[in-house]
Amino acid sequence: MEPHVVIAVVSILAAGLTISIGVIGPSLGEGRAAAAALEAIARQPDEANTITRTLFVSLAMIESTAIYCFVVSMILIFANPFWNAVLPKAGG
Amino acid sequence: MEITPDTHIIFTVAGIAVSATVVWTWVVMALLVAASFAATRNLTSDFAPSRWQNFLEALIGETRRQIADVSHHDPGPYLPFIGTLFVFIATSNLLIVFPGYEPPTASLSTTAALALSVLVAVPLFGIAESGLWRYLKNYMEPSVFMLPFNVIGEISRTIALAVRLYGNAMSGVVLAGILISIAPFLFPVVLKLLDLLIGFIQAYIFSVLAMVYIASALRARRGNAAPPPDSEPSSATNQSNEGV
Repeated sequence: MEPHVVIAVVSILAAGLTISIGVIGPSLGEGRAAAAALEAIARQPDEANTITRTLFVSLAMIESTAIYCFVVSMILIFANPFWNAVLPKAGG
Repeated sequence: MEITPDTHIIFTVAGIAVSATVVWTWVVMALLVAASFAATRNLTSDFAPSRWQNFLEALIGETRRQIADVSHHDPGPYLPFIGTLFVFIATSNLLIVFPGYEPPTASLSTTAALALSVLVAVPLFGIAESGLWRYLKNYMEPSVFMLPFNVIGEISRTIALAVRLYGNAMSGVVLAGILISIAPFLFPVVLKLLDLLIGFIQAYIFSVLAMVYIASALRARRGNAAPPPDSEPSSATNQSNEGV
């Protein structure tokens, strides 16, 4: 195969795998965090505001790993750094 | 498709390319300055303030209360920094309701600049609160061997702050572009609604995290001593009148 075809295939496959595998962990973690926060609010409704704020912050922290995966897959598809090494050769 | 507005050159001044990020950042800043200027022209202590003053008072009061909740400190010194971060990010994320607007937060340059300002502000506030030596000692708090890990943690949370905001704002732009190309009628509108919510939450999270980092630097003053007894009652009174 031509080198740019190999890079295209590998990039698309890696982007799909990155986002699909990388989202599993954060989604499980967010589910656990939300369930624990709901239980805490049910036990202590007076503390709902503090719990909600902490929940938002911790959800953002958990979610950031999924966001990293998303950014990496977007870079692989739309701004692949390896194209620059290959494209001039393929074009010329 | 582009994943950053940095590459979208709008015009060139004297050989310097001005990208969409810079243009829209200045538009947001001009909007904020003009709105604040107009709102603070006719401040009054009457019982019937103007709408703008009412809005500004609610915004500042809420920001002060959130800062006091997070840090258990007087919100005064931190209000300008945290409030500016929140208002800037919220405005630049909420303006996506206008067609043709490209949010400057969808560029890694903008979010990296905001995160770097947090990185600089945390030691400044910490030193102002507890003194240079006490603050530096905080880096080797459990033992001296933790020094490199504390420094790495400081840097990595800055990167996380930048990439989190960038990823959320950029994902909205990219997903809207993809959806418009495959389902152009109703779906993009629903997604824009979700983007508005996410953009606002991200602005809140960015400023709360900045305040959490500053508060952790302020904690150096207490060291291993017990937390001051006035922190609990103040937070309790703060929470009791929350109406959200």
